[in-house]
Amino acid sequence: MSIVLTPHREDASRSGWQYRLHLDAPLLFSLITVSALGLIVLYSAGGGDIALVERQLIRLGIAFTGMLVVAQLSPGMLQRLTPWLFVLGVLFLLAVLIGGEISGGAQRWLNLYFVRFQPSEMMKLAVPMMVAWYLADTRLPPNPWQLLASATLIAVPMLMIAKQPDLGTALLIASSGFFVLFLAGLQWRLLAFFSVLLAAAAPLLWHFMHDYQRQRVITFLNPESDPLGSGYHIIQSKIAIGSGGLLGKGWMNGTQSQLDFLPERSTDFIFAVLGEEFGFLGILTLFALYTAIVVRGIMITIQAQDTYTRLLAGSLSMTFCVYFIVNTGMVTGVLPVVGLPLPMISYGGTSIVTLMAGFGILMSIQTHRKLLSA
Amino acid sequence: MPRQITLKDHFFESRLVMNRAILLLVAGALLLAVLLARLFYLQVLAHEHFTTLSEDNRVKLQPIAPNRGLIYDRNGILLAENLPSYRLEITPEQIDDMDATLGALEEIIEIRDIDRSRFEKLLHRKPRFEAIPLRFHLSDEEVARFSVNRHRFPGVDIAAGLSRHYPHGSLAVHALGYVGRIDEKALQQLDSSNYRGTSHFGKIGIEKTYESILHGTVGLQHVETTAQGRVIRVLSRTPPVSGRNIYLTIDSRVQAAAEKAFAGYTGSAIAIDPNNGDILAFVSEPTYDPNAFVNGIDFGDYAALRDNTKQPLFNRALRGQYPPGSTIKPFVGLAGLEEGVTTRHSSTYCPGFYTLPGNTRKFRDWKHTGHGTVDLNKSIVQSCDVYFYDLALSLGIDRIHDYLQNFGFGRASGIDIQGELSGLLPSRNWKRARHDQPWFPGETLITGIGQGFFLVTPVQLATATAALANGGRLLQPNIVYAEQIANSDDLLPHQPRILDTITINEQQHWDAVIQSMTDVVHSARGTARKIGEDSPWTIAGKTGTAQVYGLKQEEKYDAEAIPEELRDHALFIAFAPVEEPKIAVAVIIEHGGGGGSVAAPVARAILDAYLESSPP
Repeated sequence: MSIVLTPHREDASRSGWQYRLHLDAPLLFSLITVSALGLIVLYSAGGGDIALVERQLIRLGIAFTGMLVVAQLSPGMLQRLTPWLFVLGVLFLLAVLIGGEISGGAQRWLNLYFVRFQPSEMMKLAVPMMVAWYLADTRLPPNPWQLLASATLIAVPMLMIAKQPDLGTALLIASSGFFVLFLAGLQWRLLAFFSVLLAAAAPLLWHFMHDYQRQRVITFLNPESDPLGSGYHIIQSKIAIGSGGLLGKGWMNGTQSQLDFLPERSTDFIFAVLGEEFGFLGILTLFALYTAIVVRGIMITIQAQDTYTRLLAGSLSMTFCVYFIVNTGMVTGVLPVVGLPLPMISYGGTSIVTLMAGFGILMSIQTHRKLLSA
Repeated sequence: MPRQITLKDHFFESRLVMNRAILLLVAGALLLAVLLARLFYLQVLAHEHFTTLSEDNRVKLQPIAPNRGLIYDRNGILLAENLPSYRLEITPEQIDDMDATLGALEEIIEIRDIDRSRFEKLLHRKPRFEAIPLRFHLSDEEVARFSVNRHRFPGVDIAAGLSRHYPHGSLAVHALGYVGRIDEKALQQLDSSNYRGTSHFGKIGIEKTYESILHGTVGLQHVETTAQGRVIRVLSRTPPVSGRNIYLTIDSRVQAAAEKAFAGYTGSAIAIDPNNGDILAFVSEPTYDPNAFVNGIDFGDYAALRDNTKQPLFNRALRGQYPPGSTIKPFVGLAGLEEGVTTRHSSTYCPGFYTLPGNTRKFRDWKHTGHGTVDLNKSIVQSCDVYFYDLALSLGIDRIHDYLQNFGFGRASGIDIQGELSGLLPSRNWKRARHDQPWFPGETLITGIGQGFFLVTPVQLATATAALANGGRLLQPNIVYAEQIANSDDLLPHQPRILDTITINEQQHWDAVIQSMTDVVHSARGTARKIGEDSPWTIAGKTGTAQVYGLKQEEKYDAEAIPEELRDHALFIAFAPVEEPKIAVAVIIEHGGGGGSVAAPVARAILDAYLESSPP
């Protein structure tokens, strides 16, 4: 008998294909189910427009393929690629700030002639990878200097993205970096210290916010202050969700969604369509699937065999958790409106590709482990 | 030792990350719990509240306008109907270049300035997806022309609706009136909930007076709409109740004959059934076409009507106040007999003028040479003024006032068309109140021949004549014969109303006056003998000539020498057949000259038109 670091009961039930294809069955199953549910809701949110669903299906196909490709790369290779990826990402962000394309009032797009993409998406993966890469060779928990270095690695891309401005993504990137630090054993007293510092800096933050961002905060605190303007979204989405009740109004029967009362119903506010048409039970189903994904991610984290993969897997899982909680919190009116889509379900965006690539990394971590059994 | 510190403790680090990961998972679970609590609140606890809000969002209440009641004459001939009419509508959200579209439309369809300005006003007020009317009442030709060119005009459409139409144009327009579009001012007077879907309302005449009956009750429908207000479907519907149809007492054949008989004269004629007060003809000339007013009259056309010196818009039958002239003589004569001031046989000498005792001022008779010795009959037949000066003086203004009041002079007749004036029956009290002056005897004299302060409306004069014809029953003239609930054959008749019954002291007095009036038409010296010569029915009548212009003491009236607007008004009152009166008329022709020569033939035409057609 030798020492085993991870429980092996599960390993016995591993089937061969998961290892050969480097896929994780529970994660894959949950992701496919959420995507399918998303397509059903999207069909209704788009008012029965099958073309919309087809385009989303193609996007999902690309995203799942991306996930499959990433899953084939070993964690070691990912670790070696990390600094290059990060540097490239920062350069792209710099390029965006200098000469990016403006779309919807924000400068987020980089046109590389053969492909047009948002470097900020790439940073969603590159930042936690970089911080994990940096801390992997140090002794945990990080000392203050290492902490400062990590914070810089997080803050630089985050501020560049916030400047675009894309507060939602900046927030996600900051939290993904924070999760790496937290998992690496960030001291509680330091955590408390930074929390206080952040609270103290809030007025300063207010000062640097754009008008529309300030408006969102005001609207969040009192949506009825401007019911036809900025408060309209949140009022209508609350009506949609609330009127859905326990069982919902039925697929394609949501009056708020089908009669145009709900704005952005196929993108950021699609959660309200689910709530209206499928009710509380529909939402519980979605939450169960999301929870399964997060829990599975944390299990992979715990089973991972080195610090880099542990920190990365944990951060990616929790970032996903933040992702859907921020969106649903926003749609239900418990968080201010931040432009974040509902992961796997909202229409469009390059975000789904990044997201699936992240799950590809998780699968790679899970399926490239060396068995330490005798 | 320092080197050892940098060595990684894999077991420790694995435990550290695992603990932290589980902590994060717990934190996530807590957040999720908060979120679920929030959703439970929204979807279960506050579900009903949000359901109400959601229903309020999607369901809108829409009014459905009732169909306006039709107006018929007493024989069921349609006078006001609702015709399908085509209007041109533009949906702004489908138009790229509004100016270009309007310009191109103008080439195939006439667009007046009034259409354009109304359209532009609505354009700013209505949502962009709602169709806005540009033109009403497209002609068949315009509809055809547009249909051929429709492909050139996306967002422009022809819509059908009902529009008020008066098929006989100006016939009886002063009785019928017309409807017009509801404007901001009218909206404040109307019951806003019942008029939610209605575009037109009665502005004048019967259309106005009977507005509440003609209009009906609004229907409602619940419709499901999108956030932009576009209607998706109808959820429930309460149908509107159509307005009631109205049958007028007017006989359009008599009306048409009367209007024809006026032949360009300005004035008014009222024909009334003395048995029940039904108005058979209601003429005020000149007339105008009410159809022009239904969808807004062009400013130029309106100005032409308004500035016309003959004032076609003026309702002379209701609001024209004229001195009754000699047509008052039968009433004054009856007063003299009934009050015992004179008898049928007492006579007066007429030298052609009359002077009050102790006064040199001459009150002239219309006949310069005088009528010689006249009794009441002769005085009515030849219309002697001197006899009535004398009689008036004997009666005194108080008795004249009190007796004539019985016939409805000096007060509104109560006819069911709004806007009636009450004329003026002078009295001592009135003069004191109005002019702060005592009554002078000379004023009594000219009151006795229907001049001076005395003013009557054509409706009053006809009502008084009817009371004379029916033996003293003062009827309220009514112009609506019956109402009819839509889609029903049953008529709900309006009951005649007797306002007053005049006390008859002696029937002979009445008979004598009526005989004198018959002699006016049928005797050799009657002032209206011309219309009596070939009349198939016995007519009782009285001519009148009302002065507009006061002559100086020694001046002679010469119709040719004075301008038309200062010439005398010609009047005639009559009823027939004398044995069993079926119709009473009053005719006033402004500046027409002599009552016998001008007004009497018009009256005869009206009598003939009615009596020839009426059942025995």
